[in-house]
Amino acid sequence: MAQTEAELLDNPVEGSPTLILRSPDFHAITEVVAEAVERRTPTGWWFFFLPAVALLGLLGVAVSWLFWEGIGIWGLNVPVGWAWDITNFVFWVGIGHAGTLISAILFLFRQKWRTSINRSAEAMTIFAVMCALLFPGIHVGRVWVAYWMFPIPNQMSLWPNFRSPLLWDVFAVSVYGTVSVLFWYVGLIPDLGTMRDRAKTPIRKFVYGFLALGWRGSVRQWNHYESAYLVLAALATPLVLSVHSVVSMDFAVSVLPGWHTTIFPPYFVAGAIFSGFAMVVTLMVICRTAFRLEHIITLRHFDYMAKIMLVTGTMVGYAYATEFFTSWYSGNPYEFFTFMNRALGPYAWAYWIMISCNVISPQVFWSKKARTSIPILFALSIVINIGMWFERFVIIVTSLHRDFLPSSWGYFTPTVWDVSCLLGSFGLFFTMFCLFVRFLPMVATSEVKTVLPQANPHWQAGPERGVRNHRAAMPVHGEPAPKGAS
Amino acid sequence: MPFLLNQLPKGPHYGILAEFATPADLYHACERVRDAGFTRWDAHTPFPVHGLEGAMGIRRSPLPWIVLVMGLTGAAFGFGLQWWVHASAYPLVISGKPYFSWPAFIPITFELGVLFAAFGAVFGMLGLNRLPMHHHPLFRSKVFERVTDDAFFISIESWDPRFDPSGTGKLLESLGARSVELLES
Repeated sequence: MAQTEAELLDNPVEGSPTLILRSPDFHAITEVVAEAVERRTPTGWWFFFLPAVALLGLLGVAVSWLFWEGIGIWGLNVPVGWAWDITNFVFWVGIGHAGTLISAILFLFRQKWRTSINRSAEAMTIFAVMCALLFPGIHVGRVWVAYWMFPIPNQMSLWPNFRSPLLWDVFAVSVYGTVSVLFWYVGLIPDLGTMRDRAKTPIRKFVYGFLALGWRGSVRQWNHYESAYLVLAALATPLVLSVHSVVSMDFAVSVLPGWHTTIFPPYFVAGAIFSGFAMVVTLMVICRTAFRLEHIITLRHFDYMAKIMLVTGTMVGYAYATEFFTSWYSGNPYEFFTFMNRALGPYAWAYWIMISCNVISPQVFWSKKARTSIPILFALSIVINIGMWFERFVIIVTSLHRDFLPSSWGYFTPTVWDVSCLLGSFGLFFTMFCLFVRFLPMVATSEVKTVLPQANPHWQAGPERGVRNHRAAMPVHGEPAPKGAS
Repeated sequence: MPFLLNQLPKGPHYGILAEFATPADLYHACERVRDAGFTRWDAHTPFPVHGLEGAMGIRRSPLPWIVLVMGLTGAAFGFGLQWWVHASAYPLVISGKPYFSWPAFIPITFELGVLFAAFGAVFGMLGLNRLPMHHHPLFRSKVFERVTDDAFFISIESWDPRFDPSGTGKLLESLGARSVELLES
C-alpha cells in the first residue's frame, strides 16, 4: 500500500470514516494490544519509568519534610496564602476531565472514534485525580487531622460546614475519583478476561483471572453490562461538568476581586477539557509510537482531538476577554484594578505566558496539516499544558498578592520545595501511567472490535458482500438496483 | 447471598458448546435456537454484538431501576445528613445564614446521589450477572479460551427441557457451527 497515513485520512471509504487502518481481524487487535503487556519489558520503558520513580522519590522527600516542618517550607506568605499547592490541585483535576469526556460524553454522543483512546484516557483521569487529591490533603499542614474534612464523628462533636465550597470540593473530587475508578474497572473486565485466557504463567493466570471476576462474554452478561456502561456514562457526564464547576466555586463564592465572578464554572470546565486533551495527546503520541499502535490510534483521532483543543482553547480565550470586559463594565475599581494588574502588574510575565500558550498557540490547529502532524501536536500539547498551569497560577496568585490596602501587598516566590512538589506530582503521574501500560491492556480491545466492519451481524464475508455494498445496492431515487444486489 | 451461588444443573453434562465463525453466523444461529424453543442457553462473544439480544429473545436489563432507586437514596441521604448536621445535631450560625439553608446543600446532595447511583450500577450489574464466579464448566473447554479474543459461541445447558445430547448437537451443526463440544459438569 503506497498511501501514507495522511492520505488515508482524506480518503474515507465510501463516506464512512475508517477508524482502524490496515483492516485487521479481531485476533490481530487482541494480539497487538495484549502482546504489549505480555512481552518482556522493553528497554525503552525503563527510560520513562526510572526518571518517573526518581521524581516520585523527590515527592516523598518533599512531602515528608512538609509534614515535619509545616507549610512554611513553601513560599507562602501573607497575603499569598494559596499558591502552587492549589495551582497544582486545579491543574491536575483539570487534566482528568478529558478522560471522562472521552469515556462518557463521547460515548453518549455515539462518537465511535473514542474506542481507541478511551482506556488510556480514563487511566490518565484516575492518576491525575490521585495527584490532585494529594495537594489539598497536604496543604492543610496538619495532615493528621485531615479527617475533619469528612463527616466523621470526632472528639469535638463538631461537623464540617456543608455550606462551604471547600467541603463541596472534598465531596466532588472524591466522588469523581471513585466513579472514575468504577467506570474504568467496568470497562476493563472483558479485557482482563482476554488477559486471563491468554495467560501462560501461574501468576498472570491468578491475578488476571481474579480481576476478570469470571467474565464469560455471555450475551446475557453483555446485556446487563452494556446497560451499566450506559448508565455510568450518563452519571459521569453531569458529574464531570460539576467537578470543575465546584472547584471553580472555591474561588467564585469568595468575595475577592478576580475570583468573585459567575463565569468561573463554564470557563473552568472548558479549560479543564482543553488541558486534559493536551495531556491525552502527549501520552498517546508516546504510546502509539512506543507500542506500534499507529493503525489503532490514527491521525484521524489526533485530528479530532486537535479540533476539540482548538474549540476549548478559543473558549478559554473568550472567557479571558469576558473577564476583562466584566471588570470594566462593573464599575468596581477593585475589580478593574485586579485585572489591569494581572495584565500589566508584577505578574504580567505569567499572564502573557498564559495568553500565548492557551489562546494564540492552539490557533495553529485551524490548519489540517498541523492537526495531523505528530511533531506539531506533541509540541503544542506540552505548550498548552504549560499555559494551563499558568492560567491557574495567574488566577490564584495575582488575585491574592495585592490586597485591598497597599500596605498588604506582597509577592510570591516559589521555594525549592514548591518546585519539588510540582515535579514530584509528575513523578507520581508518570510512574502510575508507566505501570498501567506495562500491566494492563492500554486499548479497550472489546470496544475497538465493535467498530470493525465485520463486527456488524449483517456483514457478510467476501469482497462483494460487505455491509457497505449492501447499502450501496439499495435503490436510490427510484433507480433500479445494481446487478448482483441481493 | 443466594445470587452469588453457582446454580448449575445436576447431571453428567453441563451442556453443549458450539463455535461459530462470524457474528453474522452466530446471529442467525441464535434466531434459530430461540425459535426452536430453548430457554436455558446463552451466546458468548468477545465484544457486544448489536441486535443479538433480540435474536436471542432477551429482555432489557432491569439495571436502570436499581440505579434510580440507589441514586434517589444517595441524594436523600446526602440532603438528610446536611439537614441533620446543620439544623438538628449541632445548629451553628455561619455567616448569618439560616440553619436550614438548603440551596447550599445541593452540590453535596447531587454528589452523593451520583456516588450511590454509580455503586448501584456497578454492583447491580455484577449481581445480575452472578459475578464474580471464578469457576464455571465452560472454562474447561479449550476452545472457549478464545471467547475473549475472536471466537463466537452458543452454549445450551443440559437442564433445558428440550436438551438432548445428540439431537441438540445436530441442530447446532446444521446451523453452521464450526465445532460442537459436549461439556462435563
